Amino acid sequence: MLIKLWLNGEVVRDHIDPDTLLLDFVRKHGCASVKRGCETANCGLCTVLLEGKPVLSCSTLAARAEGMHVVTLEGLQDEAREFGEFLADQGADQCGFCNPGFIMNILAMMEELDDPDDEEVKEYLAGNLCRCSGFVGQMRSIQAYMKYKKGGA
Amino acid sequence: MITIRKYVRAESLEQAYELNQKRTNRILGGMLWMKMSSNTVQNVIDLTDVVSAAIIEEEDSFVIGAMTCLRALETHEGLNRYTDGAVKESLRHIVGVQFRNVATVGGSVYGRFGFSDVLTMLLALDTYVELYRGGVVPLETYAEMPYDTDIIVNIIIKKTAMKTAYVSSRNTKTDFPVLACAVSFRNDEKRVVIGARPQKAMVIQAEDDVMKLSEEEAESLSELLAAQVYNQVKTSSNMRGSGEYRRHLAKVLTKRACMQILKEGGKN
Repeated sequence: MLIKLWLNGEVVRDHIDPDTLLLDFVRKHGCASVKRGCETANCGLCTVLLEGKPVLSCSTLAARAEGMHVVTLEGLQDEAREFGEFLADQGADQCGFCNPGFIMNILAMMEELDDPDDEEVKEYLAGNLCRCSGFVGQMRSIQAYMKYKKGGA
Repeated sequence: MITIRKYVRAESLEQAYELNQKRTNRILGGMLWMKMSSNTVQNVIDLTDVVSAAIIEEEDSFVIGAMTCLRALETHEGLNRYTDGAVKESLRHIVGVQFRNVATVGGSVYGRFGFSDVLTMLLALDTYVELYRGGVVPLETYAEMPYDTDIIVNIIIKKTAMKTAYVSSRNTKTDFPVLACAVSFRNDEKRVVIGARPQKAMVIQAEDDVMKLSEEEAESLSELLAAQVYNQVKTSSNMRGSGEYRRHLAKVLTKRACMQILKEGGKN
């Protein structure tokens, strides 16, 4: 079947199988940042923005994204680089495999929540699993990033 | 992994209904549970264009389109005002925001899953299921009906005066609950819903000796209702907990939820 959608602002048309997952579709179209992790809809590695909302691309049919706007980390390079520096500053990077999905969800959180406190941050990011870091460094980097965005540092 | 032969974006409910009469076809909700199966589906039927994904607050009810995602329920101000935040509390533990942006309320209700926080919460409210062919049926009735080929169009929550609370116990954050408990106090009825028993949620209504007590007697009322739940709830064991542990949890969580309603006005 033929689908057409916007991937990182560019129109993409492609013939797909009906059960093609959005994850496989975006990877085929050059978005290798989107990772296949648990495949049980638990880890958040495959997070992309669909019409501005974070969704699990491992559990969304590409056909369902027909006519919609899909954004991956490749489409948010400047924002990702900016936050990535905060991750690096706090030594929160280890293997880095979870970073793209994690950063996508942080950017979604910054859009959706107004000045979230630590508990709200933890709750929003509960669907992003990291098996290296224990989340402490990541939490510090988010706090520093939010302070910076508010003009505090 | 599920194999899908054909994807159909339904153009009308009638078309969706006709297609859904074939055993090899399936309605597509959020697909999160369906994806985990290893079936081959001839036609998946996407209801995006024919079933609402919006919550409409009316004077006497909330009409929730079956394609509404769980995150929309969780963040709906009117719904959370009405339930003292219980709806949010019931949903916020489910995996993550990305998951709840995909999972639909129609899929959750149709599935009548044993682990379902959604079913547990909705059974405590005055909830109805609007089916394309079957009309409007109380959720309590629907929950006992066999799986059929009708289509859920809306979930309707009537604004019956009540106070509600939702509590659950999980081994780890974002996991299925070991046990879930929703309590609602109406003028003429006190209801406890125990979910993740691990079977489908069951409703327990307060007996006369509980109903006779004044709500001023918060401690006694909570303990008596919790004891009734302990005696009546049916639980069993799985990898998350034993039946006896769940039975004990049912008692503890019922008391906590009751005290929350009686002492804190139901603020979840």
